[in-house]
Amino acid sequence: MSTAIAAFRPTLGRMADIVLLVGALLGLWQIVHEFAGAIAMTAPLDTFRYTLKLVATADFWPHVYRTGTAFALALLIAATFGLLIGAILGFHRLSGEVAEPILVALYSIPKVTLYPIILMFFGLGLVAEVAFGALHGIVPITLFTTNAVRNIRPVFIKTARSFGLGPWDLARTILFPAALPEIFTGLRVGFAVTLIGTLISEMFGSKRGLGFLLMNALGVNNVDLIMALTLLLVTFAAVTNSVFMAIEHRIYRRA
Amino acid sequence: MRKATKVRIAVLLAAAVAIEIACRAGIIKPYSMIPPTQMLVSLVKLFTTSGAVADMKQTLSAVVIALTSALIVGFVVGAVLHAVPRLRRIVDPLLATYYSVPIFVFYPVFIVAFGLNAIPKTVIGFLYALVAVVINTLNGLDRVPVVLWKTAKAHQLGKVSTAIHIVFPCAAPYLFTGVKLAIAYAFIGVIGSEFILSSGGLGYRISFAYNNFQTDVMYGLMLFVLSVVITVNMALYVWERRLMKRRGER
Repeated sequence: MSTAIAAFRPTLGRMADIVLLVGALLGLWQIVHEFAGAIAMTAPLDTFRYTLKLVATADFWPHVYRTGTAFALALLIAATFGLLIGAILGFHRLSGEVAEPILVALYSIPKVTLYPIILMFFGLGLVAEVAFGALHGIVPITLFTTNAVRNIRPVFIKTARSFGLGPWDLARTILFPAALPEIFTGLRVGFAVTLIGTLISEMFGSKRGLGFLLMNALGVNNVDLIMALTLLLVTFAAVTNSVFMAIEHRIYRRA
Repeated sequence: MRKATKVRIAVLLAAAVAIEIACRAGIIKPYSMIPPTQMLVSLVKLFTTSGAVADMKQTLSAVVIALTSALIVGFVVGAVLHAVPRLRRIVDPLLATYYSVPIFVFYPVFIVAFGLNAIPKTVIGFLYALVAVVINTLNGLDRVPVVLWKTAKAHQLGKVSTAIHIVFPCAAPYLFTGVKLAIAYAFIGVIGSEFILSSGGLGYRISFAYNNFQTDVMYGLMLFVLSVVITVNMALYVWERRLMKRRGER
């Protein structure tokens, strides 16, 4: 328990570094604002003020709920199938070798170009957004899981066999703990890219959600709203990722 | 040819044939997807239409500008951060969380700042590619063994010749990884931006074709984008393998 807290409690020096970094970014923002003017980019303080106001309005929350729903469903699908397919590809060496370059290629292509295909099959709406988010997330989760399973030392499995473990106990007590660190990295990366996928699909063609709100604000030239939404989304992504990385660090140290 | 490669080709071919049959048999409706052979025909036709060629040029030039500037700035920033550990410690959390941030959400900000032209999408492509270069430059410089730095000192090499003769060849594989990622990211950034909102380029043309029910044009363009990106990636992959082999690694 105490180690858990220690992992989350950054040392004083690291705290100071983070404060410095955030300060430098805010300073940079303020400077850009001075040069570009408020019509292009609102000042940090004004943006914070507007963000507080935005969060207090009732109209804002249905959009958050919509994006949250699409994101959660997409992540659930990506994680379920990513882990399942990754496990199969990890255990069956030939399938893994066949599939890996295809997955890597899929990871490096601009997946936005495929969005119309998804729209053609699912139509505009929540289902297409979920599918597109899941398409983003499933690739890294599969790749990391494949590697994780492949790298499990054979002696672990032999030991389990000599203890006479069934397949369920084998998975629960040996395979999962051994593969956990890398799987967790995959889930962290998957979380981030699923969020990107969900937001892009909302930005392109949607009538609800934060991505839509962002593009709508651009259409009516509401710079305050654009800046506030960007701030909220970036902060959310950065904070969740930092928390995941802290957990990941702990898992790796224990492993 | 390795067995896995053979199986992979067979699997991909089988998938293409299956889609072809499904489209021809009417299981997949022609307004959702056209047969792969027709996509090829449509792709060839694109090169004879002047509009499409102009879009290709626009996208590729934005990618090239984004990529080149990301490589130059990325290598310099990486080298500076490596030389000043104090600064690196401060920037480190930024580098670690960078790719978890959906960079596309900055796109509207850039449109407001620069107008609806080629600049915002080039900036997004640049930002997408930049940090991959920085991270891999740092990675490469970290991997230069201390003994090599010492050897350089023993031979009284200057800073420039140390960089050329020692550091660069030694860090090259990692720098290469950075370049490879930067290319993929520059494409994703530029085409993604075009797709969301823009006045020209391949991404724009695809969304235009989608909105106007030009299914065959849309699939031809998609095929073009995917084949360009995959060909570039594969060429780099093969080259990287060759470099690795020459060093006697794997």
